Amino acid sequence: MKAFWFRYRQNRGAVIGLVILALVLLCAVAAPFLFPRSPWSMVQRPFLPPFTMDGLPLGTDALGRDVLSGLFHGARVSLLVGLVSTVVALAIGIPIGALAGYYGGLADDMLMRFTEFFQTIPSFALAIVLLAIFQPSLAYVILAIAIVSWPPVARLVRGEVLSLRHREFVEAATLSGQSNLAIILKQVLPNALPPIIVLASLMVATAILLESSLSFLGLGDPNVMSWGYMIGAARTVLRTAWWLSFIPGIAIVLTVLALNLIGEGLNDALNPRLRRRQS
Amino acid sequence: MTLLSVDDLSIALPKGADRELAVKDVSFTLEKGEILCIVGESGSGKSMSANALMGLLPEGVRSAGGTIMFGGRNLLDLSETEMLSLRGCEISMIFQEPLSALNPLMRIGDQIAEVFEAHDLLTPRTRRARALELLQEVGLPDPETTIRAYPFQLSGGQRQRVVIAMALALEPQILVADEPTTALDVTTQAQILDLIEELRRKRGMAVLFITHDFGVVADIADRVIVMQSGEVVEAGVADTVLLTPTHPYTRALLDAIPGLAFTGTPRAATEGKPILSVRDLSMTFRTRTSGFFAKPRVVRAVKDVSFDLQKGETIGIVGESGSGKSTLGRCLARLLTPEKGVVKIGGQDISHIKGRALHAHRRRIQMVFQDPFSSLNPRARIGTILTDGLIAYGSDKASARARAAELLTLVDLDPSAMERYPHEFSGGQRQRVGIARALALEPEVIIADEAVSALDVSIQAQVLDLLADLKDRLNLSMIFITHDLRVASQVCDRIIVMQRGEMVEFGPLVQVLGDPQTVYTQSLLDAIPGKAHEKALAAQKEAAL
Repeated sequence: MKAFWFRYRQNRGAVIGLVILALVLLCAVAAPFLFPRSPWSMVQRPFLPPFTMDGLPLGTDALGRDVLSGLFHGARVSLLVGLVSTVVALAIGIPIGALAGYYGGLADDMLMRFTEFFQTIPSFALAIVLLAIFQPSLAYVILAIAIVSWPPVARLVRGEVLSLRHREFVEAATLSGQSNLAIILKQVLPNALPPIIVLASLMVATAILLESSLSFLGLGDPNVMSWGYMIGAARTVLRTAWWLSFIPGIAIVLTVLALNLIGEGLNDALNPRLRRRQS
Repeated sequence: MTLLSVDDLSIALPKGADRELAVKDVSFTLEKGEILCIVGESGSGKSMSANALMGLLPEGVRSAGGTIMFGGRNLLDLSETEMLSLRGCEISMIFQEPLSALNPLMRIGDQIAEVFEAHDLLTPRTRRARALELLQEVGLPDPETTIRAYPFQLSGGQRQRVVIAMALALEPQILVADEPTTALDVTTQAQILDLIEELRRKRGMAVLFITHDFGVVADIADRVIVMQSGEVVEAGVADTVLLTPTHPYTRALLDAIPGLAFTGTPRAATEGKPILSVRDLSMTFRTRTSGFFAKPRVVRAVKDVSFDLQKGETIGIVGESGSGKSTLGRCLARLLTPEKGVVKIGGQDISHIKGRALHAHRRRIQMVFQDPFSSLNPRARIGTILTDGLIAYGSDKASARARAAELLTLVDLDPSAMERYPHEFSGGQRQRVGIARALALEPEVIIADEAVSALDVSIQAQVLDLLADLKDRLNLSMIFITHDLRVASQVCDRIIVMQRGEMVEFGPLVQVLGDPQTVYTQSLLDAIPGKAHEKALAAQKEAAL
């Protein structure tokens, strides 16, 4: 663990990313305490520019709602959607990939055709269609994002398992009478973990972007304040009150950038082939 | 005439490595037309010295002192551009693994022509003509066809010949050969050594030959340098060093070489019920090729193999790579399901059973694997590795751990190893763990698949001793798969020689190795390096008496 942190620290960008993400996380946690009122409630006259009134540092939007409060509460939604949908996508992708890679043959063919079926449909279009069928509540947004983002996980895991499958330690485990399930869980998957962790960190970023895009189009949960919704709501007034789109946009950029930096740092720290270059 | 002289060369490893200097105060000279061998075990710094010569030190590793004088210049002071014009032209290098030294997507002819192109020599047409000449010179059959072939279409020996042809293209004065025959079969090895010897004679070039194998040294070297953990411990004329070594390390290395010894009385084959009985075992691999109409590639890896293994006996299976010996081992252990045939252990046919039935009999045959690095799960503690099998067969955790501790003591490791991870152990220690794992389930038969091939000679000797000791103490029956006849002669009672999937010879050790019936076995025996040395050694012993 110590050695891992040492290697991670070598990548300065990754440390910056971690700091930014920690700040966003802090905002998300602090939101209900700092802004106990609903972010939807009107607090002042509309279109109040930033830095013009005490207590409302980022001003108000087209309906007189506090932008800073929206930003804080939006951080909760973005992170929640990002993390939960990634976990769900991993829960779908890892078993499919592991089974396909381990058993090969017919199972592999069928599972991979199934995966390709999802992969060939443009993911954003699929997400829109799914949300058009479901109700646009937060749970369904998360589910829709998970459904469109698991195929890369399955493919990655399959590749890793395929290469680990014929290692001697896996053969030794077979000989010692362990069941296939035990071998997959105890011998194969722990060794396939590093690339999965890296992919997962990037998937969180993609999920946040997807949620923002969906909210921008008005397909998000209408009851939760999210960054994408804020941009979407402000797009009609882009020329007169540009900051209303700009501020949540910056929040999205920073969060996604932070996650990408972290992903890269994790890759450096976990990828054994790059390890030597670090030292 | 001294071509190259290395004085007090030191090479520093990056911080955090297991030692500060990879190479410490190494000095040697290389004369025109001689073959100088650097021998040592893994980690002795022999390859580092060669890489320094070529200016090819890995990132983070740098020279920390000394000089390498060649043609009046210190190679360590040269810039990368100056080195570029020197490499290939004046000094060139061949590597251990010819497959990774060649570009898989380029035809052989183009790869050789590329050498000229890199140095801006000749026209495309003459490059091709030169490539043909070179292929002819390194003894490749049918150069016209080879020049258009891709690396994967050639055998290991042919690939190494191509790499040598590339190295010779610009007529270098020095050829650095880093373990060029380690990845090859013995017969191929003998051919490549002959080729290097012949080229040296014809061209008068100097060869710096790096190897871990004293047999090879005895066959090819004019002078020898012995290295141990970065330092030169002994240097001198080959015959002197090999026959009258002065340094204890050299002597230990020489003693550790398994000789082709089959004078011992063979274990009297206990007649009676064999513990393992194999009848007409065959295995065929069919590879699906792309395309609907392409014929599937069919490889008959094992053809109609039959033998009986008696209790307490060791049968060696020898043969070159691709002879099917590993496939046979995997079929016996049921990592593969044989195509047809019968494998009976204690009277029970296990060749085609599945599921629960297979689980019940699986523990009766266990395997020791070749690679001590990939055969242990890097993310599991030694304790877990040893207890997994016992727990899978219904032991409770406490008694499994007690048994694991017992096993570790049995293979001369400390029971505290249970809490540690595989990467904390050396290759030899890991192989001991592998043996302990194989013993954990108290199998009736152990299959050792090249179990000592990846180890240094001194470690190899220790592991072989351990196996011999365990065999006696536990009355183990073993199938010992190896490509090395010398190793086989140390441990086996009977020998099966395999060629292209078929058993070509089977009999007691003394009979097969002492009086081989087939040309193939004879050629394997002839190709063992260092035979001349062994004779000289025997003569020396006789004279001493």
